[in-house]
Amino acid sequence: MAIVSRGFRGRARDEDVALPPGQYLTEDFPVLSAGPTPRVPTDRWEFTVTTEVGVKHTWQWQDLLELPHEKPKVDLHCVTKWSKLGTSWQGVSLDVLLEDVETAADYALVHSYGGYTTNLPLEDLLDGQAWIVHRYDGEDLTPEHGGPARLLVPHLYLWKSAKWVRGIKLLLEDEPGFWETIGYHEYGDPWREQRYQGD
Amino acid sequence: MTTHLDGNALAGPLRELFAVDITTATAQCSGCGRGGTVATLHVYASAPGLVARCPGCEDVVLRVVRTPDSAWLDLRGTVSLRIPLAE
Repeated sequence: MAIVSRGFRGRARDEDVALPPGQYLTEDFPVLSAGPTPRVPTDRWEFTVTTEVGVKHTWQWQDLLELPHEKPKVDLHCVTKWSKLGTSWQGVSLDVLLEDVETAADYALVHSYGGYTTNLPLEDLLDGQAWIVHRYDGEDLTPEHGGPARLLVPHLYLWKSAKWVRGIKLLLEDEPGFWETIGYHEYGDPWREQRYQGD
Repeated sequence: MTTHLDGNALAGPLRELFAVDITTATAQCSGCGRGGTVATLHVYASAPGLVARCPGCEDVVLRVVRTPDSAWLDLRGTVSLRIPLAE
């Protein structure tokens, strides 16, 4: 009964806003997770970019806080079909983090505390399209939503915005991540409804 | 708070794929070697697929994704599945 009610109400609202195909609007913030929620204290948190030749660039929590910050306000689209519009975040652009990284890589494999991975083209992390965020809606990001810090790549389905982000490996060849190895689309553009392999 | 279900949550989705009730099978975790019935696995279902983890080490033992025209089954975290059969 609840599912029927939600869908009916969602269709009425969805007519007023532009949503990617197959998505419905939600006002709450569903928590999806493929495992136990990692609890990573900020004094032990670090973020590492590893290039294709093995050069590592590492930031501790304080390093991250001292970098120039942005406040992206973006729409989220989950492959499980909910969309949440106008979400407010605070964090550091990947353009800043990757500015001094020398690489010839075309691909990135993002990895998280807890073992999650996801892949995407490196160009999708650049040009103001992606951030490492640590605040949501004016508050510190909670562990349930990926705190202390998560990747935010809002132009792709939300599984690409890895929670509990720990690092990014830059690769010459594409390497599929956790969901991409088991049926989900390698790119995941919600506006082209790229949910599954072959879409 | 992320919560998990027990392995009985896999009964329906796997009934589509196996000729037997797989929840009574014994799965050995490739992470820690622990053996236990599929019904005792920790299943995370609030996700784009079902992710079953070892109750001992929390490594992924089994994953299932249902797309519109296929079922995807990943058993890389399973050393073996011992399936009881009638003599």
